Amino acid sequence: MLTQRLLLSDRGGMLVLGLVLLTAIIVPILNLAVPSDSPLYVSNYTVALLGKFLCFALLALSVDLIWGYAGILSLGHGAFFSLGGYAMGMYLMRQIGDRGVYGHPELMDFMVVLNWDKLPWYWQGFDMFWFAMLMVLLVPGLLALVFGWLAFRSRVTGVYFAIITQALTYALMLAFFRNEMGFGGNNGLNDFKEILGFDLAAKTTRVGLFVASAFALIIGYMACRYIVTSRMGRVIIAIRDAESRTRFSGYQVESYKLWLFVFSAMLAAVAGALYVPQVGIINPGEFSPLNSIEMVVWVATGGRGTLFGAIVGAFSVNYAKTFFTTFSPETWLFILGGLFVLVTLLLPKGIVGLFDRFSRKGDKQ
Amino acid sequence: MIPICRLTPRHAVQQWLTRLLLLCLCSLPLHTSAQEAPEATPAQPTFDELVRQLPSGNLRQRATTVEQLASQQDERLADILAALIVGDLLANKDKPPVVAIRNGDTLTDALNGSDLTGTSGLRRIPVNNSLRTQLRGMVAQLNLSHPDSDKRYAAVQRFIRDGVDGETAALLRQHQPSEESGRVNDAIDAALALFDLQTGDRDQRMAAIDTLSGSLEQEARNALRSVAENDEDATLRAAGAKAIESIQGRISFYRFIENVFFGLSLGSILLLAAIGLAITFGVMGVINMAHGELIMIGAYTTWGIQVLFPDLIEWSLLIAIPAAFLITALVGIAIERGVIRFLYGRPLETLLATFGLSLVLQQAVRTLFSPLNRSVSSPEWISGTLSINPVLSITYTRLYILLFGLAVFFALMLVMKRTSLGLKVRAVSQNRAMARAVGVRSNWIDALTFGLGSGIAGVAGVALSQITNVGPNLGQAYIIDSFMVVVFGGVGNLWGTLVSAMSLGLINNFLEPWAGAMLAKVLVLIMLILFIQKKPKGLFPQKGRAAAD
Repeated sequence: MLTQRLLLSDRGGMLVLGLVLLTAIIVPILNLAVPSDSPLYVSNYTVALLGKFLCFALLALSVDLIWGYAGILSLGHGAFFSLGGYAMGMYLMRQIGDRGVYGHPELMDFMVVLNWDKLPWYWQGFDMFWFAMLMVLLVPGLLALVFGWLAFRSRVTGVYFAIITQALTYALMLAFFRNEMGFGGNNGLNDFKEILGFDLAAKTTRVGLFVASAFALIIGYMACRYIVTSRMGRVIIAIRDAESRTRFSGYQVESYKLWLFVFSAMLAAVAGALYVPQVGIINPGEFSPLNSIEMVVWVATGGRGTLFGAIVGAFSVNYAKTFFTTFSPETWLFILGGLFVLVTLLLPKGIVGLFDRFSRKGDKQ
Repeated sequence: MIPICRLTPRHAVQQWLTRLLLLCLCSLPLHTSAQEAPEATPAQPTFDELVRQLPSGNLRQRATTVEQLASQQDERLADILAALIVGDLLANKDKPPVVAIRNGDTLTDALNGSDLTGTSGLRRIPVNNSLRTQLRGMVAQLNLSHPDSDKRYAAVQRFIRDGVDGETAALLRQHQPSEESGRVNDAIDAALALFDLQTGDRDQRMAAIDTLSGSLEQEARNALRSVAENDEDATLRAAGAKAIESIQGRISFYRFIENVFFGLSLGSILLLAAIGLAITFGVMGVINMAHGELIMIGAYTTWGIQVLFPDLIEWSLLIAIPAAFLITALVGIAIERGVIRFLYGRPLETLLATFGLSLVLQQAVRTLFSPLNRSVSSPEWISGTLSINPVLSITYTRLYILLFGLAVFFALMLVMKRTSLGLKVRAVSQNRAMARAVGVRSNWIDALTFGLGSGIAGVAGVALSQITNVGPNLGQAYIIDSFMVVVFGGVGNLWGTLVSAMSLGLINNFLEPWAGAMLAKVLVLIMLILFIQKKPKGLFPQKGRAAAD
């Protein structure tokens, strides 16, 4: 039953997941086992890039879950992503120990610069991996719970919700820019050394993180798929299409929305936590409203409300971004901006919708 | 008795002749005799002759000449004496000599004001200390009897700053009965009180403390503080402390006024940025994320006008206002016709599409004009400060922007309430189908409304170009704030926008001193987020059928 529900009825999803799984197996082999002068060799750069894309895909998944299925447009998902990233970054900072520039056994370099004499209370416990991972889930989850509870309870919906979530991430960005917050201010957290005792600069660690991201994406996809195909998922789709009618049918619309929002925030946080060790830095710039809105475009480009469309969108838009920012940085914003307009005007169902249209035509013939 | 009163034509002829003489460097007997004719009555030499006498003779003769000069009413006197005190009055050895005033690197003729820069052979006219004291008193008296009350006020202020001695006190006492301006009178009171505080007997000092407790001058505070801390007489000490307290009370009152003004000024900036949005978002229900970029285009228009017409800097803002309105209104109409009209009824898609447009516009500006900030200069009439009293001064830029913001607001109100366009806009926004049924071309109205909102964004850009950096990111800085203002005020309500912009400005400004700029902003955002939970429809929600959606 469950396999039928999760796997077989979802052709597009299986295709995309199969590709992800294939990359997760082939890329490490081509990176580790193939000599670097061979044409089949996958460079470290490519591994890091693909690892980043996998995290973005997981993030896009979390956006699609609430936007595509519940119709809640959050322009603040970057906040959850960054909070997850910061929690991971704090763990990685604590692992540096006395190998920092100032060699202080307990304090981070930026705290030494600020003349602090002891570790702030909220940095306690982050030297333990399990605690940090718990925080990766708990902090963004709690924020989403409180924020969502306040918002949904007073029936803030649609555009209003989009704008206040944008204000939320903007406020967090301003707050994290402050040195007094104790998160490194402008520079953020960086210069990490190791994770769980593995050297972050080592090839095998990087490949390990890559594989972890791929599996996180696969598991995340399955979890989302499980939710949207469940009874709760049907209620959520009903809320998207006719909120008042669902409410009058006796469903507690607010709690459905709230739990979905919290789950989505946690998913985004996991993506952030996997992203940070791979890129080696987290700074307040990640909170910027532009980042959050870019995620929405990945989903829109891929095709909202399909889950696997989000993965397709995240990969294709980010690949285009990498391509254009290397070859002609000037044009990238034109293209991104144009994408926003074109997708909303001409491709409301995204790339996935385009394929669907072609395959339907094929069926008719 | 001929030249006592300054007969202007004669004066001019004399000047002209003098110049002719000097230029030709010849001394024809006829002309010389004509010039020297008044010297036949040596008791009454003319002003010009007296000035020319200054370089000759010894110091005592110079003192006599200065006294004679003082008895003549001539507006050039103050400048000449002031220059003489500091050694900037020069003369050469010609007969009669050329007398010049040095001002930095430039030299001007002391008598006719013509430019003498580059003339050689000019030497300083020497003065000694006793002459200097005499001159200072004269200059002060001259300034005190100046017809312009600002000049008189400045003269008294200078006394207060330099310290009041017996001589000046006597001078001030002598002048006070004839003083008409209340402001100058108060300043004189303060100056005399400062003098009495140092030298008077006990009663006089008590009276002085009483007077000084009404003054906001730094010197008054310092003098009172030294009395309150060091005086031997306990009653005086207590009176001094009390006076300081009352002054501090008044100062904090003026600081409060200043804070309110800065808050309102910030509010007016928010109002300008948000008011266009109040039309497009509030009335039409269209989310325009490119609104900030329209503001940016307005600011760049100001810059463009200043580059195109470098001679018209003084007028540039007045030209830029209609120009920016037109340009941004056209861009707005293009956006509406090209993108937004396909997305009516799909607000989230509109939001994304216009966000894309904002990226394109930003990058276009970056590519066309470089990513660096452009410098927009301020015309003379908008710069400077208005000092109301020693602790309260207001910059004209902020004052003008406050007035301009209100003017734009009321103009827009007028358009919405009194013109046929406004009527149609309101009709379409309230009931599109019915409006169409009675013959309103709703497509046109949509485009025009959007153009109006965008044009106002452009006008806001002109104002913002005066207080902030004009660069490609200008718009981004304002977009979130603007949305907050509109949402806080209540969508579709222009009055709400005014109230919310002003209150957000005030809240921000009062939070800033103790929370810091960044944290104040964060706190305001958090407060807003919480406020929206409480009142999702803003301060002034729309009522009735229009609100039902």
